[in-house]
Formats: sequence, C-alpha cells, structure tokens
Amino acid sequence: MINLHWLYVLAGAVFAAFGLGSARDETNGKRWGNVAFWGLLAISLWFGDFLGDVGNGILVLALVSVAGLHLIGRGSKESTTSEERERFSERYGNKLFLPALVIPFTAFVGTLLFNYTPLKGLNLIDSKAVTLVLLGCGVIIALVVCYAWLRPPTLAGVDEGSRLANSIGWAMVLPQMLASLGVIFAAAGVGSTIGALVGAIIPSGSVLLAVVLYALGMVVFTMIMGNAFAAFPVMAAAIGVPILIHQDGGNPAVIGAVGMLAGFCGTLMTPMAANFNIVPAALLELKNQYGVIKAQVPTAIPLLIANILILYFAGFHL
Amino acid sequence: MINYWPLLGIALVVVGFALRFNPLLVVAVSAIVTGLLGHLPFLNVLATLGHGFNENRYVTIIWIILPVVGLLERYGLQEQARTLIAGIRGATAGRLLIIYLALRQMLSALGLTTVAGHPQTVRPLVAPMAIAAAEKQHGELDDETSELVKAMSAATDNVGLFFGEDIFLAIASILLIQGSLASFGIQLTPFQLSVWAIPSAICAFLIHGTRLLLLDRQLGRRK
Repeated sequence: MINLHWLYVLAGAVFAAFGLGSARDETNGKRWGNVAFWGLLAISLWFGDFLGDVGNGILVLALVSVAGLHLIGRGSKESTTSEERERFSERYGNKLFLPALVIPFTAFVGTLLFNYTPLKGLNLIDSKAVTLVLLGCGVIIALVVCYAWLRPPTLAGVDEGSRLANSIGWAMVLPQMLASLGVIFAAAGVGSTIGALVGAIIPSGSVLLAVVLYALGMVVFTMIMGNAFAAFPVMAAAIGVPILIHQDGGNPAVIGAVGMLAGFCGTLMTPMAANFNIVPAALLELKNQYGVIKAQVPTAIPLLIANILILYFAGFHL
Repeated sequence: MINYWPLLGIALVVVGFALRFNPLLVVAVSAIVTGLLGHLPFLNVLATLGHGFNENRYVTIIWIILPVVGLLERYGLQEQARTLIAGIRGATAGRLLIIYLALRQMLSALGLTTVAGHPQTVRPLVAPMAIAAAEKQHGELDDETSELVKAMSAATDNVGLFFGEDIFLAIASILLIQGSLASFGIQLTPFQLSVWAIPSAICAFLIHGTRLLLLDRQLGRRK
C-alpha cells in the first residue's frame, strides 16, 4: 500500500534538489545558508522517523536558526530572459498549459477513481494520503512530460525549482512550524484556558448577544491558532453546546456548520494561517507580506456579519 | 486553578508578527516559552516541538510542485497566460476572478480542493491572467496596482476554497464538527451539517464578487 512515507522519500529528494540548485547559483552570496536550510528539510523528510523526538526538536532549532539569523538569501540568476520567454511562448502557444493542467487533472481523475469506483476497496493507497499521493503522481507525470517535450538541460528542473524555492524561502516551512506550535499550545492547555475565559463572560438572556459572542470567539480564537479546527471544539464546549443549543434551543446543525464558517472569516484575517495568507504573498513576490490579508479583510468582515445573521435567524427562527 | 501564564506565548506571537521579526523565529520562541510556562521541562518542550514538526511533515509536501512550475515558467507559461487573456474581448481582472471564484467554490463543493491552489494555479495562471486583463483595460500598471491585483487573486482563491469546501460531505471540517458535537451527545449526519454551509457560500460569492466588480472600477480610477 502506498502511504505517506513514499511521499516523504519523494519530497526529501525534491528538497535535496533545492539544496543542489542553490549550491549551483553563484549569484546568491548566502547560498551555503540555503543549502543548509533545504538540506535540513531533506533530512527531516527522509530520516525524521529515526531521529527521535528530541533529535527532531534539535533539527527544528537548527532550521529556525538558519532562517532567523538571516543566513538564507536569493540569487539573481535568470534561466531565460523575458525576451526568450516571449519567443518560447509564441513557439509553444497554448500547449504550454497542458503540463500545468496535468497536476489538477490527475488530482481530479484520481479523486473520482478512488472515491467512486471499486478501486476504493483495493487499498492501493492509504486513505489518509490519497490527495497527496495523487499530487505526487501528477508532479512526476508533469515532469516527465516537460522533459520529453521541451527537452530542457538536465539540471533545469533542479535550477528552476530552487529558484522558486529560494524566492519563497522560510515561508515554505512556516505552516508546518505553526502546526507544531499548535501541538505545544495543546500540551500547555492553552485551548482549555481560553474556553474557561470565554465561558466566564457568558451573557444572560440575550440570544443575539450569545450568538455574536460565539461567532466572535470563533474568529478571535481562529486568528490566534491559525485555523478554525483548533477553535471549534473549544468554542462549542464554552458557548455553542451549553448556551446556544441546550439553554436557548438553537438548531445544532446551524450552530455547528455556520459557527465553523464564522471561524473561516477569521482565517482570512490572520498571519497565523500562513499557508493561505503569508505563503501566497511570498509566492507572488508581493512587497507587503500582509498584502493578501489586507485584500481579504473587506470580504471577511461583511461575511462574518452575514454568518452571524444566518446563525441567528436560521438557528433560532426557522 | 487555571494556569493563565501560557497565554503569554500567544502575546509573544502577536507582538513578534506585528514587529515583523522572522516568523519562524517568533513561532519557535513562542513554542518554547509557552511550553515552559505550562510547566513542561525544557527537554519535554523540545521533544514535543520535534514530535509535532515530524508528525506535520505532510503540510510541506505540496512544494514538490515547484520544479514543474519553474520549468514551465522558463518556457514562457506566464507570458502565454497573458497572451491568452489579451485575446479575449471584454476580459477584465474582476470578471476573470469572479469566474475563478465560482469555479473554485464549485470544485471545492465537490471535494476537489487540491485541484487548484496558490502554487498550482494562482502563481502560474490566475495572477498573470488577472494582471494581463487589468493591463489590457487600463494600460501599464504601477507597482502598487499590480500588487493589489495579485493580492486579490490570492484572496479569491482562499475565499473560494473556504466557502466551498464545507458543502462537501467528507471534508475534514465537517467531520470535526460532527465529532465534536457527538462528544456532547448531539448526533448529526454530515449531510445535515453541509447543507448549512450553502447560505454562507452564497453570501461569500455575492460579497467577494461585488468587491471584484468594484476592483475593475477602482483600477479605472487609478489610471
């Protein structure tokens, strides 16, 4: 059965390639820092299960030191000039989209195959890893197509991958670091403490006020934790279940579903949700690392108000 | 007696992000401080951090896509995305992003959340197309304006994903809601929950869609 470990082997190879590509870029004065950074990640992906918890902890500290002490940089080497790219684009035309669409297409077809056909029962792929395995397959197919069709120099994939990787830099590991922070928060009891705090300011009598507090609690806690998943069980225990459902008789399906979506409005407004908000800013080479959040706040606030109204009217008046 | 001290770790994160220290450093320091304030010995904190990092490696796997995106960019993918949009009459940044929003919401509602995303579609396709559409309508964009268009492209992807995926029955967040409520003795089916994601999805489309139409007018004024 194909499981996550296969992907860790593949991903470790890709990160090792980022290291190799960084070492080859002489225009990057800090290139050995980059090599160390990607190398540590490759080690984590390949050997993480053999390092032990403390060993992994030390690896994290090393990784953070390399990034935190600004030992990584980016080069200025461009593989092809913009004129060359214009010429390539004229030559290959819309067919250039095909390899790019291989990855979503593989995900699409694979998801359908493994959810709705007898393949589901064969246990070819560990069910927890299906989406990532399909991503891996898509990447491999797309790479083969690119090399067979465009015939780039052998190490072009390595150089181009590390060019992008170095332009994103430390932001690539931030989501994983934040997930680890969540583990520490849980171990130190942060969730239950916040739940107790919110529970202590329960309003009495006003359903609307309780709804607003529940939604705002979801938003604020989501903004702190970076995802609504951590916030939901805490807010459900503090307000959702005891007050809104049991005391005020709200519809549990609405309280649950729309409460979570109110939390998603918080996800739109926090740097802690790094993979949605900080990583894209790096990926699109925005000057303001909070540019994506800035663009989302004017959608998130009216949408939060809409969710509060849905909670109030659909939850208590339908 | 509840120990409130670990909350200081949260304050550290907020302050560190606000002062724009390196986020990895901020998160690591906060993790260690929070753990120590929660009465965990240092070695335990280090082990918990390492364990958490190792268990969450799957989050970082998405980046195996970069060599493909980089290779295609080398051969003019972004340029071609622009050429394609420039050839479509009536294409504007706002309209293009509205179509992407609708597509992203629908695909997510079908459970196809990884079909699109920031590395897969926004960087190589959606953002260059939106820029090209804006340039076609309003001429050369200054830095600030092209930042705005790129940021709106990323924002549109997020809104489409968040307010589409919960309509799908088997998505993690629906299962989490079901599980959390079940622990209080409230039994619901995923279907009962996911139906109630639809009104919010419609609101999200209307609100963000309106902002995208306003974006076109805003770009017109900037010229």
